[in-house]
Amino acid sequence: MSDHAVHSEHYDREAGKLGMWIFLFTELFLFGGLFLVYAVFRATYSADFHEAASELNTFIGTLNTVFLLTSSMTVAMSITAIQKNNRTLAFMLILITLILAGLFMVDKYIEWSHEFAYKVYPGSEVLKNMPRGELLFFGLYFMMTGLHALHVFIGMILLTINLVKVKKGIIHRENYLLLENSGLYWHLVDLIWIFLFPLLYLVS
Amino acid sequence: MKNQETHSTGYLTYAIVLIGLLALTTLSVAVTGIHLGAFTVALALLIASIKVAFVLAVFMHLRSENLFLKLAVAGVFVLFALVIIITFFDYLFR
Amino acid sequence: MANQEGDHYISYLDQQGKYRGLLAWLLSTDHKRIGLMYFYVIATFFFIAVSLGLLMRTELIAPGETIMSPQTYNGLFTVHGIIMIFIIVIPGLSVVFGNFFLPILIGAKDVAFPKLNLLSFYLFLLGAIMAVLSQFLGDGPPDTGWSFYVPYSVESSTNVIFALTAAFILGFSSILTGINFIVTIHRMRAPGMTFMRMPLFPWSIYATAWIQVLATPIIGITLLMVVAERAFSIGFFDPALGGDPILFQHLFWIYSHPAVYIMILPAMGVVTEIFPTFSQKPVFGYTAIAISSLTIAFIGYFVWGHHMFTSGTSYFSRLFFSLLTFLVAVPSAIKVFNWVATMYGGSIDLKPPLLYAVGFIFLFMIGGLTGLIQGALATNIQVHDTAFVVAHFHYIIFGGMGFAAFAGIHYWYPKMFGKMYNIRFANIAWVVIFTGFNLFYFPQLVIGMQGMPRRYFDYLPQFKTGQVLSTIGSYILVTGLLMMLINLLATRKKGKTAPANPWKGVTLEWQIPSPPPLENFDIIPEIKRRPYFFGESKNEK
Repeated sequence: MSDHAVHSEHYDREAGKLGMWIFLFTELFLFGGLFLVYAVFRATYSADFHEAASELNTFIGTLNTVFLLTSSMTVAMSITAIQKNNRTLAFMLILITLILAGLFMVDKYIEWSHEFAYKVYPGSEVLKNMPRGELLFFGLYFMMTGLHALHVFIGMILLTINLVKVKKGIIHRENYLLLENSGLYWHLVDLIWIFLFPLLYLVS
Repeated sequence: MKNQETHSTGYLTYAIVLIGLLALTTLSVAVTGIHLGAFTVALALLIASIKVAFVLAVFMHLRSENLFLKLAVAGVFVLFALVIIITFFDYLFR
Repeated sequence: MANQEGDHYISYLDQQGKYRGLLAWLLSTDHKRIGLMYFYVIATFFFIAVSLGLLMRTELIAPGETIMSPQTYNGLFTVHGIIMIFIIVIPGLSVVFGNFFLPILIGAKDVAFPKLNLLSFYLFLLGAIMAVLSQFLGDGPPDTGWSFYVPYSVESSTNVIFALTAAFILGFSSILTGINFIVTIHRMRAPGMTFMRMPLFPWSIYATAWIQVLATPIIGITLLMVVAERAFSIGFFDPALGGDPILFQHLFWIYSHPAVYIMILPAMGVVTEIFPTFSQKPVFGYTAIAISSLTIAFIGYFVWGHHMFTSGTSYFSRLFFSLLTFLVAVPSAIKVFNWVATMYGGSIDLKPPLLYAVGFIFLFMIGGLTGLIQGALATNIQVHDTAFVVAHFHYIIFGGMGFAAFAGIHYWYPKMFGKMYNIRFANIAWVVIFTGFNLFYFPQLVIGMQGMPRRYFDYLPQFKTGQVLSTIGSYILVTGLLMMLINLLATRKKGKTAPANPWKGVTLEWQIPSPPPLENFDIIPEIKRRPYFFGESKNEK
């Protein structure tokens, strides 16, 4: 230690990944709270839940599942591309991931505006006059998909940052922790949706 | 530092897993039509769990991670299941 | 290691980096500076919350309205609770001593993610400031109590959303700290330091960090649900809309009970460091203490329902939670036996840190045993929501966590600042604090048992003796706290220079100069044996 006291920060890929995984655990528990609420009300009002779920559009839900699963694959492939030092391919794959994420959001927008058109939104009069279980189902539906959409949005921001950094060559074969961690985050978004989809769309 | 070597997964593996995931999704949608009562939920969750296992193992590279992380991921799911079960000790017997 | 006194080195306090003056602190990613910043913020809030408590005690010195209106009183106990719980005791020991000493104790130069560490601090600061602002913005201070129980937290016209957001941000900061510490312990231990060669304070921080990571998100989503309930009447907790208020209590306590262990585990870790040093003897039952930290963390995750024995949960559920509550007392008791056994036959040096640590055992045992009274289903009915509960958790939180914090401050103060406080004066302050504390809370155990409800602004004449004694105790306690504060502040600059190892400790922090240099170690030490090794003659095993 001498006069020049510059604080050294080391680069430890394993540490970065472990930190990201533990962060994903917290995300799982964040949604976990909502899944717990879902489980309790599902057990209390199963008939109402069936009724309400049948009003959701299974086609839109399935389409979104396809978008997310495919985007999960492309982002995973982009890491392989970086590992093989193929930056152009990695760039293309991240771009495709972003487009698929965008399609997911467009789809979600269509779905929500359709529901809003029927005055089905949290706190609306239509909802308040529904049976209690249906009201709670829609409350859960909006909160779960809303929180999920927020995560998709954050994921898109992360992917855009990666896109730029791959283009500029900041992310390359020797240093791609950011892409790896963003990929992990994106898979988590996918993972949550894998549970949300059957619980919200397929209970009728 | 050990475990620093990279585990690269081939494009083909990812593509096969995606096809599997899409097939499971189709299956999941298809079985909704069949009336199995309470088993419908159980079946839907089972299929979802298989899909999640694939995403974790292949897409998220958990299969090439160290034992500690595998155990931690498993532990987190077990912990959450326990929280749900214990909460239902209240709701089931009220 | 080579650096002892006399050698030239620049301590972390004097080091000059990219920035000068105050910025050198505010933008520092050094774990020691961040730890100290937390320390100053937390100490400031502690004295704010203590003043609020003092006002409440003064209100209760006589029946009827004494110095404030009932609504003000409700606001006061809410903000006292929010500050004390969310800003002081939950983060407290782990962010101050965890930040400062965890890397040093495991032989690392810093935590795994220094920048994230600074971000945690600023989130903490933001949350803390918002918690205080919530008292002044909107239609009056929140009056729900720190537990935000529905339906009142949904119906209250006060600024609840703001306070909830503050708690959410504080929770996020806590999560990031937890992640940082887990990764630090996994990746940054010095060569040769296996998990079973790690000192016990890092062990307790490790267990704590896991609870922080796995429980805090639940309160995050719960607070969001209450916000949604207030903003959009989403119905989850509103019986009129088919929801269930008890569900809120489940969600709230799924976090908030483990949060009690977030508070107490680091406290246990601190005193575990102190007993061997002041007995000059290896810690008794190293493995048992290490494992019991993890056991407490694990079982502690599944006892949340014991806060809801009178809420109308099912009989089976109450039975289950009561059983587990008794089980979680076992690892805590194991620790107490180990601490006492560590002192047994040692050459005991009764310095302020040990005094506080012994005080910790005494008060923690009263707190723990009164906890069992509430853990039993039948007696719980009698004492639920009474002053007995207030006394119980103050014995645990203040008597346990608070005394451990004071023990830690007196233990590590010479290391952190390189100055020694006045030991005689510190001893006197301890006597005053200990006396005041017991006079403050013991009467509340009695009047609680007799039926004095908690959170009440007024009381029946029959409780007057207890309430007056309690208020007098609070004044004595605060006098003691001020004495301690003055002692530490006065010696901060002017005190005698402390040697590198004033207590003859053997853990790594005592092998480096006081105060430590920027990156702690010139050469990362290599660890060859378990900690707490006081030389051959005393280590027969």
